[in-house]
Amino acid sequence: MKTIRYILQKEFIQIFRNRTMLPIIFLVPILQLVVLVHAATLEMKKIEMFVVDNDLSGTSRELVNKFSASPFYVVEQVGFSVKEAEESLKQGSVDVILVIPSDFEKKLHKEENAKVQLLVDAINGAAAGLIYAYSHSIIADYSNQIFLELSRGLIRGPETISLTTTYWYNPDLNYKIYMLPGILVILVTLIGMFLSALNLVREKEMGTIEQINVTPIRKYQFIIGKLLPFWIIALFELAFGLTIGKLFFHIPIEGSLLLLFGFASVYLIAVMSIGLFISTISSTQQQVMFLSFFFLLTFIMMSGIFTPVESMPDWANYVNIANPLAYFMRVIRMVLLKGSGFWDISREFFAMTGFATIMLTLAVWRYRKVA
Amino acid sequence: MTDDGSNIIVVKDLVKKFGTFTANDKLTFEVRKGEIFGFLGANGAGKTTALRILCGLSRPTSGFVHVAGFDVSRHPEEIKKRIGYMSQKFSLYEDLTVEENFTFYGGIYGLSRKQIKEQTNFLLENLKFHKSKEILIRALPLGWKQKLAFSVAIMHRPKVVFLDEPTGGVDPVTRRQFWKMIYDTASSGITVFVTTHYMDEAEYCERISIMVDGRIKALDTPASLKQRFNAINIEEVFLKIARN
Repeated sequence: MKTIRYILQKEFIQIFRNRTMLPIIFLVPILQLVVLVHAATLEMKKIEMFVVDNDLSGTSRELVNKFSASPFYVVEQVGFSVKEAEESLKQGSVDVILVIPSDFEKKLHKEENAKVQLLVDAINGAAAGLIYAYSHSIIADYSNQIFLELSRGLIRGPETISLTTTYWYNPDLNYKIYMLPGILVILVTLIGMFLSALNLVREKEMGTIEQINVTPIRKYQFIIGKLLPFWIIALFELAFGLTIGKLFFHIPIEGSLLLLFGFASVYLIAVMSIGLFISTISSTQQQVMFLSFFFLLTFIMMSGIFTPVESMPDWANYVNIANPLAYFMRVIRMVLLKGSGFWDISREFFAMTGFATIMLTLAVWRYRKVA
Repeated sequence: MTDDGSNIIVVKDLVKKFGTFTANDKLTFEVRKGEIFGFLGANGAGKTTALRILCGLSRPTSGFVHVAGFDVSRHPEEIKKRIGYMSQKFSLYEDLTVEENFTFYGGIYGLSRKQIKEQTNFLLENLKFHKSKEILIRALPLGWKQKLAFSVAIMHRPKVVFLDEPTGGVDPVTRRQFWKMIYDTASSGITVFVTTHYMDEAEYCERISIMVDGRIKALDTPASLKQRFNAINIEEVFLKIARN
């Protein structure tokens, strides 16, 4: 116990004497949360549209007006050449082309049926889907309106079933309160995994590890002394990030914070053990960086921060069984947004406990006092 | 076995192989309690390999190695409590102050707060350095770092201290001071095991062994070695051995 105290004392002195450490602890979370939460949004705000209006009739103009009146669309250009429009699409200066044929109004009045063409830049599939859906609903609305005008009083439109939707847990579909907890998970993981791994391998690089290894220090004492400081810092980071989220983004905290921190404590043991393991198989900080980056990137992309895990292929779901980030990502959103209790997340909790135990054992086993 | 209790280190037929390369080939020697034992050899002769085995940092491939009464293969942690070590690569914490380094190492060797304080003051006063204990190690010249590292290595009063090329890269004045420290340490009852490739330093040792290509080619007092090889100094002895 006394030995651990001396190691902790040394670690904390070193951490806080390091000039880059305080900015990492305080500035990085603020920047990440403020910048990333705004940037990492899937909402479409400014869809740039090129209209090829070959009809130039009242009806066609009104259709274009419907688009420019929508908060989501900017009618960037109006022209007559599909070729020219395609050129803009290629250059990326517009996202979508609306082509109205020259007989649009005539056909509509004669045959009660007319066609328009929509060309969507689908490099980003998810965005293209959204653009299509938005455009479709605007055109459908307009088509309904025309139908009513044309049939004024003569025919009664078919009784339609109208759908009213309420979005639970995030009624305004505010993307920020969905993203913020996710980014917080990444932040806490970075601190836990990266910093502890770098710290340990630094002793290898400096040569001080050799001096440590000739002392009667016990493996567990050294590892606790090395990991505990970053465990505390990472939990502090979580609290700090939640405060920022509450103050600036008004994220809801529906569930128990105690439960969230309880889960985070176990989670951190798991990711820090991964960090420790990486540092035992590396001999320079560079190697640690590359290895941690590889794991982190894979973990993050598969964790479901941007895309729901459920829509990933089956094999990805199997891989995610071994992805601690996926668990924490789910748990933090469940607890914060839904107010889930212990029994709702018990499966994740026990899985994480098992994971932490295995990783810690592996890391401790791999750490050697002899070369 | 010649172990009558007067030897602190007993090594018999120590072999260390790295794959097909034999770094230590059947080393056999003893170090007596309280002596200054010089472990000489050219770079790459296998000195550091043997030293690391004696400190429990590396395991022998075969052979009998006892340090401070314990077998290195079976009880390395018992040995670690009883030895001090100063590595070739400088190993105090650069971002800690002199005093913080002493406190840390004293603490992990299980010294009490009072003992840490006393030892720190005693050792720093010997170095006439007690006024500068708030200085970061980073800010000190190499010679001072070496002397402080040595002081830290003997802080817990080990039975034997291992010094791996302790005077590498320091100026002659500091080397002289360093050897003064070694003498003081030995006379206080701590055995000193020192590796070096400065042949003039070997003259300061009570007994020396000379290693060439993983084997001990000679082991005796400097005076009798010079006599046996009909040489004026150890450097000549070394050259004569190395040429054969």
